[in-house]
Amino acid sequence: MIESLFFYLFASITCLSGLMVISSRNPVHSVLFLILAFFNAAGLFVLLGAEFLAMLLVVVYVGAVAVLFLFVVMMLDINYAELRDGFQRYLPLGLGVGGLLLIEILFVFFNSENMPQTAPVLNEVSNTRALGLVLYTDYIYLFQLAGLILLVAMIGAITLTLRKRENVRRQSISKQNERSREESIEIVSVTSGSGIRSK
Amino acid sequence: MMEVTLSHYLSVSAILFVFGVFGIFINRKNVITILMSIELILLSVNINLVAFSAYTGTLSGQVFSLFILTVAAAEAAIGLAILVIYFRNRGSIAVEDLNVMKG
Repeated sequence: MIESLFFYLFASITCLSGLMVISSRNPVHSVLFLILAFFNAAGLFVLLGAEFLAMLLVVVYVGAVAVLFLFVVMMLDINYAELRDGFQRYLPLGLGVGGLLLIEILFVFFNSENMPQTAPVLNEVSNTRALGLVLYTDYIYLFQLAGLILLVAMIGAITLTLRKRENVRRQSISKQNERSREESIEIVSVTSGSGIRSK
Repeated sequence: MMEVTLSHYLSVSAILFVFGVFGIFINRKNVITILMSIELILLSVNINLVAFSAYTGTLSGQVFSLFILTVAAAEAAIGLAILVIYFRNRGSIAVEDLNVMKG
């Protein structure tokens, strides 16, 4: 009873904020609704018994990806009203594709007799432990590959956004290491009261 | 009140998927909103996988959902990096101008 109540709460907020993500005029509002959608999807995951993925959704999506979106939206100085010009023109096409997909969903909903109907089973092992037990044994190669993908993405993002500007003093480590003592420092004996003139 | 079954979760996931596809179509000019729509689509796929994983009692769905999360994070990082350098070079992010590579 209480579970279905929470399901309908989370599901409705997820769907409504999904709608607001695509229809909001201000992209900052879009990102904030995206965060709301992620939070409520995490609630749905908890109801399904996937606590680890729910926490991961909050940490990775809300903490990293959505904040990255927020940074980029706020950093780029763009006239967003101009970007919405084609809204009326593309609306019929979008409604057509959306309606087609919606009809397919209704098929799913009305032909659900032969789907598994049992409620989620609660194991004696916790969800995180169970995931860890298969992730580091059966799926170890995929796990390593995921790490490789993240490494490539990190290197790619850094090299893409790194820029070399003119007239900026940068540290050149090889030049620093090449310097000898003779060309760097000079010992001058200064007589009192006369001072020295630099070359 | 009705008991929550697998098809309820599948419906939520499908509605989110439709919103994602719809968002790509109606925001054809705005790359940032298109990227956010892709995130919505990936979220709906995750809900689908986790729902099936919970109702069939196997963990593989959750493991694959984990990998989808990884790929989605990488995709968002690379996509936003491309967006930033594109804006730096052209001063706009309109999709119509993105035809430099067109043959």
